This record gives sequence, structure tokens and C-alpha cells, in this order.
Amino acid sequence: MAARGCGGAWRRGWQRGRALSGPAPGPFPRGRRAVACNARGGAVPAGKSGLASWVPVVGLEIHAQISSNSKLFSGSQVQFAAPPNSLVSFFDASLPGTLPVLNRRCVEAAVMTGLALNCSINKKSLFDRKHYFYADLPAGYQITQQRVPLAVNGSLSYSLCTGNKMSQMVKKTVRIKQIQLEQDSGKSLHDDTRSQTLVDLNRAGVGLMEVVMEPDMCCGDEAAAAVRELQLILQTLGSSQAVMAEGQLRVDANVSVHHPGEPYGVRTEVKNINSIRFLAKAVDYEIQRQIEELENGGTILNETRAFDSKLGCTVPMRDKEGKQDYRFMPEPNLPPLILYDAKSLPANMNHQQVINIDWIHERLPDLPSVKREKLVEQYGILPEHSFALLNEDGLAEFYENVLKQTRMKPKRVIGWVLNDLLSYLKQHSLTVKESPVSSFLLADLLNLLEKKEISSTAAKQVLAELWKGEGKTPLEIVKEQKLQLLQDQKELEQICQAVIDRQENE
Amino acid sequence: QKVSVEVLDHLEHLALVDFRDSEGVERLQKAIEFADQLHEVNTDGVEPLDSVLEDRCLYLREDDVTEGNCTKELLENAREKVEEYFVAPPGNIPLPKLEERDTFLQGS
Repeated sequence: MAARGCGGAWRRGWQRGRALSGPAPGPFPRGRRAVACNARGGAVPAGKSGLASWVPVVGLEIHAQISSNSKLFSGSQVQFAAPPNSLVSFFDASLPGTLPVLNRRCVEAAVMTGLALNCSINKKSLFDRKHYFYADLPAGYQITQQRVPLAVNGSLSYSLCTGNKMSQMVKKTVRIKQIQLEQDSGKSLHDDTRSQTLVDLNRAGVGLMEVVMEPDMCCGDEAAAAVRELQLILQTLGSSQAVMAEGQLRVDANVSVHHPGEPYGVRTEVKNINSIRFLAKAVDYEIQRQIEELENGGTILNETRAFDSKLGCTVPMRDKEGKQDYRFMPEPNLPPLILYDAKSLPANMNHQQVINIDWIHERLPDLPSVKREKLVEQYGILPEHSFALLNEDGLAEFYENVLKQTRMKPKRVIGWVLNDLLSYLKQHSLTVKESPVSSFLLADLLNLLEKKEISSTAAKQVLAELWKGEGKTPLEIVKEQKLQLLQDQKELEQICQAVIDRQENE
Repeated sequence: QKVSVEVLDHLEHLALVDFRDSEGVERLQKAIEFADQLHEVNTDGVEPLDSVLEDRCLYLREDDVTEGNCTKELLENAREKVEEYFVAPPGNIPLPKLEERDTFLQGS
């Protein structure tokens, strides 16, 4: 059966018993992506048992830490590294007699995010308590929005690179079920040697936006691409810095498999995914594990599993056994959150107490997808190019800065930025900000090339020299290495004549 | 209907309450019966009231840092501490199963 590569991985499903020029039949090797997506987007890898195919289903729950000065319900500071328990107020420590007070900035961040994801913003949303016991949750409950969240029914469009050279871009969409505001918990440091847990409440009470994505994805690559796009959107809005390495963006994946036409299978929840790359691996591993388990006659437990990045596999999580009963109840200390728009704006209210959805909508910055389109339109570059420009922090600005300082055509400059500059940065693990070659230097070099003072090959040589960051200008390097193209007719004639003379003498 | 032993056991696990004796269970039973009176009222199409504050304005605070930096005071409450961390057991210690714990419910 024909199957288009999902993320460019596999081109066809394979079936046992048929003569195929492909890998030998048998269980899929661990870690290998063996999932292909068909034209409709549902993955159809064939199992080793023969013709039965599997449809993986992937949904995501993403927690993004809100970029704000203070916490969701208290005035303690939000900061990544600080002495333990120094950014904790009496409310955060859940001391009796304290009450939550909602931070306006957190609400605005969630509204911006909801609007950017095409959601309906609920003008009235409610807060609830979600109860469970854990040392880093001093109150014994988390304040969240379970009944009526702030935003619902949105969508996120993202692009997937497919095709032979990953040069074709396929547009996909995932539905956003809801976005809700909730508190973060503190941090637990497990000390196994002394059989104890050390608790730091600095993070307890920090505002989170939980973004729930419907199970519209089918493999690791789709999940990774969707999360990457969400990350870029959040960073563009400024509602979250969304740096996964600092725990500002956490992703839990819900994975299940079923046969086409049958109901969804039992799903597992995969946690402890620390990067977008690991997200793709974890999802693909879990899909594989479930397929193998079911084909061997086993069953899938509705459990929570952790991703072990060193081993590249998922393992059951100890502390989360059994189904949790969170005993949700309304948060009695918070009235409903009311949001307004231009029509419903109350006349006599203190404007500091009013959040106007329309006002926020008007001030949304250009989202990545819009920026990409503008780059393509303005400069005539390909969609893959603008995708690559926005995928690297600061690269789009770098490109536009070069264009401002050179007459070389944008379509020619893009090659230098994406191929030469970016590959060098990647090789040396540098960000655009850390580049030893500034946009000014690159533009200078490209100008020499544009004016035909040097050849393309020479330009590459000069660039290699510029990477050393010794402070020389392109022109200085050209002169040092005698790379100038000769334009003088007479000089060229003399050289040619000399060559011809030498030939005659031999 | 009486509340079953399974439900009582479940509640003890979830909420870490201890029904201790028949009086405790009876009190729970009476509380449920009291709340059941709500069923006598036809609430079709009526939104439940979860707080008398529902018409109040939810106050919005400006995003300023106004609290924190009271590590010493907070740690005064801790029975055990290591440097400036609170100390807790290594994980949740679940209540032993009904058969294995010394509870009034066992006899029911």
C-alpha cells in the first residue's frame, strides 16, 4: 500500500510475506521511525502479523509559563534561578488566612494566546480547585480552570517538511481544545541516598497557560512541528518565553493506537520530555511500543509513563499508579473572571479593572505565519526559506539587515544567509547573536561580489577568513590573499599572451 | 441508602480523613441526607450557585513584585530543613489497603 512519508521518514508501509526491496520483516528495530502517513494524514504502518495496519493517535497537553514579573495569585517574583524559598509569599506557602489575588498581566497573556490560536474567548470563566497530595503542592490543591476555561475551540496551523530533500512543506492543522490559567507547583529534589525530598517553593504559584491540543496528530514529527510553531507564537506574543530547557514549556503527550475503522485504543500519557527533539522520539517510541505490545497479544494500560532520554524509551512512572480522583470543586475565594469587548465595555468602571479583548486583539503583533508570508511576498524567496529564517532566533532580522546594506538581490542573498552563514553557526553551536560575522560584514562581502570585484569562490574563501573574527574587513582579506578579479583588459591580455608564449616554448 | 465501605475506604485514601468510629460514619451519612434535600427542587435550566460572590467584581492586581524574601520566617514552621529547603518524605506514602490497616471500617 502506498503511504506518503510522515516527516520524510518512510515511503511505504510494508507487509510480511511480500517480496520487497526493503528492510527484512520482523519487529521494528527500536528507535527507528516506522510510521508513514497516508494522504488523509492518518498513519498506516503495517504490522508484522500481516495486513493489519495501525493508526497512531497523538494529543498534547502543553504547559507554558507566563512571562510576568509576579505570580498568578501573589506578588512574589517570578525568576528562574534564585536561592531556595526566597521567592515565596505566605500565600504561596499556603499559610492559613491567605487569599489568592489575580494578576492582570497573566489574564492578558492568556487572552493574547487564545486570540493568536483562533479561540473563542469566554467572557465569563471560572476557577476551580484540583486536589491531590504532593510535597510541592503545599495547599493540597491547585487552582485551575476545569469547568469553564478562558479560551476554547481554536486551531494551530503548522508546516511539516517532507519530500526527498525535506524541501516540500505540507501545511497541517491541529485543533486547540482549550486554554486555561492555572498555578505551577513547587520543585521537588529527590535525594535517594537519604531517602528524602527537598522542596523549593519558588516556582509554586507561578502562572501557567495550559494549552490542550486535540488528538489530531499521528506521529513524533507532527507533534514536534506543532509544538515548535506554538513556541514561536508564544515568543512572538511575549506571553511566554517558552524555553523548554528552563521548564517554561512542558509537554505531555497522550498516545494510543487503533485499527482503521475501530474505536480509539487505550491511551498512555508520556511525561518528562525535555526538548522538542525528545518529544518526537518519545512519541514515536511509544507508538512502536504499543503496536508491538498489541501484536504480541498484550494490552495497553491507561498509565503515565516517563521518557528516559538516555535510553530513548518510555518507562512506567512509579508515583502515578492508579486513576486519580481530583475531586474538583469551585474555588470559593474567586468570583467569575469577566472579560469585556468594545460592545460590552462598562461605562463607569476603573479601567485598570477592565480587560478589553478587542483592545488586545488590535495590538497583537504579526504572528510567525504572517511574517513568513510577508517575507515571501516582499523578497520573492521560497516558503522553505522564510520557514528557515523564522526557525532560528534573530535570523530573519539578520537577513533583512543585510538586505538594507547591499544591492544584491534578495533571492541571491538568501543562499548566503541560509547555506553559508547558518551552516557555520550550526556547526559551531552559535546563535545568530553570537555570530562573529555581523550583517554589516556580510553585506560588505556581498557588495564586492555584486560589483564583480571577486568571484563566488573567492567570496567563500573570504567568508571562511571572516569567521576567524580577527577584525579584518572583506576588502582587506581580498587584498591580502590577492583575490581580486582582474577587470583591466590590457592586464588580462598580457597574462594570456604570457601563457600562450610559454606553451609555444615547451 | 447507606454509604458503602468501598466509598468510605476510597474517601479515606483520597482525603486522608479517618472515620474512626460509627459516629464519624453516621455524621457523614447525615450530611449526605441533608444535601439530598436539593433533589426536591426542580433545577431544570437553572445555573448552580457556587458562591454568593458571583456578582462581585474579581479584583485584578497590577503585575508588581510586592512579596517574598521571607525564607527565614517560612522555614520556622518546618520540622526538618536542609539548608533552605523544606524536607519531605521521598514520595507519597499511600494509605495501606483496607485489609492491612487498623481501621474501624474493617469491621463493617
